Amino acid sequence: MAGLEHYLVLSAIIFSIGLAGALAKRNIITVLMSVELMFNASNLAFIAFTRFVTPQVLTGHAFAMFVITVAAAEVALALAIVIALFRNKETVDVTNVDATKG
Amino acid sequence: MDVGSGNSIAFWILGSGAAISALGVVLVRDIFRAALLLVATFLFVAGLFITLSADFLAVVQILIYGGGISILIVFAILLTRDVQQGNPSGKLMRPAMGLAALLLATFVTAIVNTDWKISGSEPLGSTTAAIADLIVNVYVLAFIIVGVLLLAVMIGAIVIAKGKDED
Repeated sequence: MAGLEHYLVLSAIIFSIGLAGALAKRNIITVLMSVELMFNASNLAFIAFTRFVTPQVLTGHAFAMFVITVAAAEVALALAIVIALFRNKETVDVTNVDATKG
Repeated sequence: MDVGSGNSIAFWILGSGAAISALGVVLVRDIFRAALLLVATFLFVAGLFITLSADFLAVVQILIYGGGISILIVFAILLTRDVQQGNPSGKLMRPAMGLAALLLATFVTAIVNTDWKISGSEPLGSTTAAIADLIVNVYVLAFIIVGVLLLAVMIGAIVIAKGKDED
C-alpha cells in the first residue's frame, strides 16, 4: 500500500521540477507552466495529508480548492500580461524583459 | 487482489507518469509539446487524487486544469506566435537544477525522518458535502474574498489584454 511518504516524495519531486523550470527557462509561458506544476505538487501534498492524517476532516481539500481558484486567477492575469508584453515588445523571452531594471 | 494493492499499483503508474511528464515540461524543446505534457501531468495528478479518495477535487482538477488552464496556455502560445523560438533554457539552468536537487534532498530527508501521525480511520465515501460544509461555514470569509479576487482578475485581465488603441 502506497503510504503518506510515497505521495509526499512524489509531491517534492514535482515541486522541485517546477522550481527548476521557473528559475531557468527563458520562455515566459514555460515559467508559468512550471509555476502551475508547483501548485499541483502542493495540492497533492494537501490531499495526501488529508487522506492519511485526518481522513474525516477535509480541511486540506478546502485549502486545495482555494489554491486551484487562486491558480486559475493567476494564470488568467499572467497570460493577459504575456499578451500585452508580446504586443509591446514582440518577445516572450524573460531575459529581454528588463524595463524596470535600475 | 484487494483494494490496497490495487491502489498501490495505481499510485506507481500514475506517480511515475506524473513525474516523467513534469520533467518533460521543463526539458522538451517544443513549447507546444511542453503544454501537452503539462496537460498530461494535470490528468495524472487527477488520477492520484482519485487514489487518495478525493473524488470531488479530482473532477475539479480535470475541469479547471485539464480544461480551462490548459486551453488558456495553448491560446497564449498560439497568440504569441513564438512556437518557432521553442522552449530554451537560460544560462541559469545548471544552478537552478542544483538548487532544485538540494531542495528535493532536503524535502526527502525531512519526509523520511518525520514520524507522521497516520490515522487508521476510513476516508469519507463522498467528499462533496464535507467540502461544501467547510467552505460555506468555516472558511466563508476566504470564500467571499476569493470571489472578489476572481472578479478583480476578470476585469484586470480584460483591461490588460485589450490594449490602448481599442477603446
